[in-house]
Amino acid sequence: MIKFKLNGRDVSLDVPEDTPLLWAIRDDLGLTGTKFGCGVGQCGACTVHVGGRATRSCITPVSSVEGAEVTTIEGLDPAGDHPLQEAWRDIQVPQCGYCQSGQIMQAASLLKDYPLPTDEEIDGVMGGSLCRCMTYIRIRKAIKQAAAAMQSKNSGETSNG
Amino acid sequence: MGRLERIAAEQDRAAGRGLSRRGFLSAAAGSALLFGFAREANAAQLYPMGAPLPPTEFEPTIWCSVAPDGIVNVNIIRAEMGQHIGTALARIIADEMEADWDKVKITYVDTDPKWGLMVTGGSWSVWMTWDVFRQAGAAARTILVEEGARLLGSGVENCTARNGIVSDGKRSVSFGDIVAKAKPTRSFTPEQMKALPLKPASERRLIGKEVKALDIPSKTDGTAIYGIDAKIDGMVYGRPKMPPTRYGSKVISVDDSEAKKIRGYLRYVVLDDPSDTVPGWVVVLASSYPAAIRATDVLKVEWTPGKTAHVTEKDILDHGRQQIASHDGGTMVFDDHGVDEAFSHAHRVFEREYTCASVMHYQLEPTNAIAQLKDGIWEMHCGNQWQSLFLPVIAKSLGVPESKVKMMSYLLGGGFGRRLNGDYVVPAALASKAIGGKPVKLILTRSDDMMFDSIRSPSVQTVRVGLDEKNNIVGMQHHAAAGWPTQVMAAAFMQKGVDGKPYDQFAIAGADHWYSCGPVRVRALSNDLANDTFRPGWLRSVSSGWTPWAAEQFWDEIAHDLGKDPVDLRLSMLNGEGQDGRNRGEAPDSTGGALRQAAVLKRLAEKVDWGKPQPKDTGLGIATTFGQERGMPTWTAGAARVRVDRRTGVVTCEKIWLVLDAGTVVDPDGARAQTEGGALWGLSMALCEGSEIVDGVCKDRNLDTYTPLRIADVPEMDIEFVESTEKPMGLGEPGVTTIGAAIGNAIFNAVGIRLRHQPIRPADVLAALREKGSV
Repeated sequence: MIKFKLNGRDVSLDVPEDTPLLWAIRDDLGLTGTKFGCGVGQCGACTVHVGGRATRSCITPVSSVEGAEVTTIEGLDPAGDHPLQEAWRDIQVPQCGYCQSGQIMQAASLLKDYPLPTDEEIDGVMGGSLCRCMTYIRIRKAIKQAAAAMQSKNSGETSNG
Repeated sequence: MGRLERIAAEQDRAAGRGLSRRGFLSAAAGSALLFGFAREANAAQLYPMGAPLPPTEFEPTIWCSVAPDGIVNVNIIRAEMGQHIGTALARIIADEMEADWDKVKITYVDTDPKWGLMVTGGSWSVWMTWDVFRQAGAAARTILVEEGARLLGSGVENCTARNGIVSDGKRSVSFGDIVAKAKPTRSFTPEQMKALPLKPASERRLIGKEVKALDIPSKTDGTAIYGIDAKIDGMVYGRPKMPPTRYGSKVISVDDSEAKKIRGYLRYVVLDDPSDTVPGWVVVLASSYPAAIRATDVLKVEWTPGKTAHVTEKDILDHGRQQIASHDGGTMVFDDHGVDEAFSHAHRVFEREYTCASVMHYQLEPTNAIAQLKDGIWEMHCGNQWQSLFLPVIAKSLGVPESKVKMMSYLLGGGFGRRLNGDYVVPAALASKAIGGKPVKLILTRSDDMMFDSIRSPSVQTVRVGLDEKNNIVGMQHHAAAGWPTQVMAAAFMQKGVDGKPYDQFAIAGADHWYSCGPVRVRALSNDLANDTFRPGWLRSVSSGWTPWAAEQFWDEIAHDLGKDPVDLRLSMLNGEGQDGRNRGEAPDSTGGALRQAAVLKRLAEKVDWGKPQPKDTGLGIATTFGQERGMPTWTAGAARVRVDRRTGVVTCEKIWLVLDAGTVVDPDGARAQTEGGALWGLSMALCEGSEIVDGVCKDRNLDTYTPLRIADVPEMDIEFVESTEKPMGLGEPGVTTIGAAIGNAIFNAVGIRLRHQPIRPADVLAALREKGSV
């Protein structure tokens, strides 16, 4: 039995230890927002957070997240209103949308490390996330918009508090 | 009758439906049978597993319904694969019926013969639906105004509809209340339907205005359901074991002794496929997908391979070269009177050859489908772009009538033409059949998907012009040899050339240009070695993604040879004349003809400051096309500015400009998004990605060796649409068409080398620079 937290809830699974976390999340735990793209950790569609860090779930054995906190796109924000999700809708980023869960999860991780990322930082961190519809122009724009929104929210909170 | 209407009619005839395109249009526009009666909506549902609509809906045509709460549902028969097509089409109907956009929802329907031709490709959707949906919207508006007036006790002439409300100036009633209270009974004949007044362009309130796409919110929170996300109780998982060749492989023996050691392995199935879509495929079934992956990896299958087991990319290109060199063979798309004389009397012939490598779809959602037999009907749950073509194939593979097969539509994790070919549904159906119709969810791993991808065929093209003593162009020829997807998968859809022979319009479109340059010959050749080796596919912008690679570089080459400016040379030929005046254009699709292409090119030249010197090793290149196809022209002009690193051979595209005239732009943001994505596909194919056939199959199996463009490679972009109220054309693909040639021309302008093979790799640049002695 493998136990971990998924989007804040305790889960336990009786699956082979080497089952990729991706399929455990999708098929055993029923959350399909995390996608299968390349299966070798090179497209980013399967990106989730493990302990708050962006992780390619397709090459992560489920046994390796024993006891960890795993967050998927469904758990990024309870109402689906993370500043990145708002920016993604506002700028109309998704086309087919298949990569976008992974893009948003990767971007959320990016903004933790680089609250106001430069173009080079965006290229460096988002370069592993393939968008076959090529929505890259809007991804970049939405990341910057979300970063600005988070910054002004934080500074607002600081000055008020 | 347009090209699509003709082929739709042909397909209907081939399918024995006896429903001509004319009949389809009448039915679609609301015949007396379908029109004017409030009736239960036909189990319309957002997704196949959603709940049916309540029985009180008013459904004035099969295309839309209005509920008592005012919700307007629009039925979408097109695949949603990123183009926000539901939003664009719903806006056409909602605008004409004066609906409240906030109350519009869209439903992706399953296959029912009543919908007619179900295909999503060719950038056709808006263009094909424009008239039908405007008429359906007008019908709904007419009835709602009529019934609204009755409820208000007012005359119809005093009432207008606006934003989901009918008003006589003093009092008003909502569409929802009209449906709840009134009992519409009016019906229209097809003739009356056609006579319904349509709103003038000046009265449009949704078309051409910025509105948020309806499919986007669910794509930001993980709730969007794609084919791969579908689930059916009791389903098992399948993965195919791919044979060594796409065709002709025969299973000799199977050994599953190692597979049996995998927890969850159930069994294997050697597919018996009467449709011959998946010859030699074996499917492994397991209780989980990871188990299916592992068991397939260790399953030992021995095959007799097909005859193409050692074919290479070079073999295919060389075969194409031989075909072009022979004067026999192929189909004449244009074969103007006097073309042979023009060349035999020419003072000089200028000729160049261009090639393009195999290109893979790499749609991010690998191909997949769930098949099951339920209540006597074979259900196929998947994303697909051409249900009308593949439903009969699935029926044949299962040995059942077409009426026993139904395809349920889901979102597509990328189409780009891959899912026009529904071959991936067949193994799911046959595996399910082997276990008595139990649900099987079959998913191809990325490697499986790429091994037999329905690739964009490698191509060879030869372009030549004849010149007289004064260097006037007296005739032109364009010959193109490639695999023909339409011949292989949808032969009934092939066009007839001027010589009466069939040809694949999607393997030559783009060469049938709008330039006036004396008599023209355009010859399309089916590369049979390509067709035998792999299953040639339709890939975003089909041949219009590669014929301009030749033609639009060629015009630059000839301009440089003659000491003319490439823009001036093109403009002089885009004069709206041509043999028998064919470049004048024809209403409604190509009103204005070549002069509109000249207009976008002129505008582009202004925008890029054409002629202005560029920094060292930097060049600006231009190209112009008519988008996807001659019969549905989206007039396009594109420019690219590149910088060439002479030391590494790396070409960096710094900026792309595009000017497009697509007629009326229905969904401006969607149009821009499609054009951005299309242009970057063009860039990716020019500089980043390209595969090759090795030992009869695609060499690349994943992103370790196949390298599409990533975020850091994205240039600055400037996209402009010409304001127009002409009939809308397509925008899914035209963005691709000019970029490759614009980059080729820009590289020449930067460092003086001409690269005629796509993709352009740094090694090719270095070799060309060395050859020129200018490293």
